[in-house]
Amino acid sequence: MRTPKPGKSPSMQPDAMSQKNASGLNREIQNKIGQQLRAIYDDVVQEGVPDRFADLLKQLDKAPAEGKSE
Amino acid sequence: MSVDPALRDQILAAIPSLRAFAISLSGNVDRADDLVQETILRALANIQSFQPGTNLPAWLFTILRNLFRSEYRKRRREVEDADGSLAETLKSHPDQIGRVEFQEFRAALAQLPAEQREALILVGASGFSYEEAADICECAVGTIKSRVNRARSRLAKLLEVDNIDEFGPDHATRAVLMRHEN
Repeated sequence: MRTPKPGKSPSMQPDAMSQKNASGLNREIQNKIGQQLRAIYDDVVQEGVPDRFADLLKQLDKAPAEGKSE
Repeated sequence: MSVDPALRDQILAAIPSLRAFAISLSGNVDRADDLVQETILRALANIQSFQPGTNLPAWLFTILRNLFRSEYRKRRREVEDADGSLAETLKSHPDQIGRVEFQEFRAALAQLPAEQREALILVGASGFSYEEAADICECAVGTIKSRVNRARSRLAKLLEVDNIDEFGPDHATRAVLMRHEN
């Protein structure tokens, strides 16, 4: 068993400032990407179920059995 | 064939999200709706291969993606211009996000390779876990993670450049130029 050298402790932050800057900007852009991605997607989701699909499932329900269902 | 009502309701509930995914794949609303319809028919015809209690949406997404890929191979040349059609056919969005910004985002999204785009959408918009997305795309979880990461950093790079432009004198000119897409 070795004792960890004091200098290697995880609390050491060499150039925390510059890293924070870079990842801060990055995070902002990543948030924006996530937001816009969901906006595009939710635009469509909010249209709900178009009639053609509700009708389709209704029709299939009424259709005579075609082979066993399970 | 009579559909178990509970199952039918679950399929119905998945349709809005299936459509959004199909549009993001095909870049075309009509084709997307045909894909969704075919997905439903295929799912019901093979319902015995679905294990109750497992993830129905993921199963439906898998079917849809496979249908799209086999259709895509047939129509490659036609679909290849997804660049323009994706930007064009997705409807314009209410203005909580600026219109120009939104078009720029779509254009950037359309520039991604298809596999990166679908991975990003499944994880970032459909709300699937990396594991579910890997099942849907029939690849390793690590592959999905790296596709999503590459997609994000590519988009970030594209949008970062745009952000810098936004404060420059050229922005208004560019905004006007963007309008031709409509």
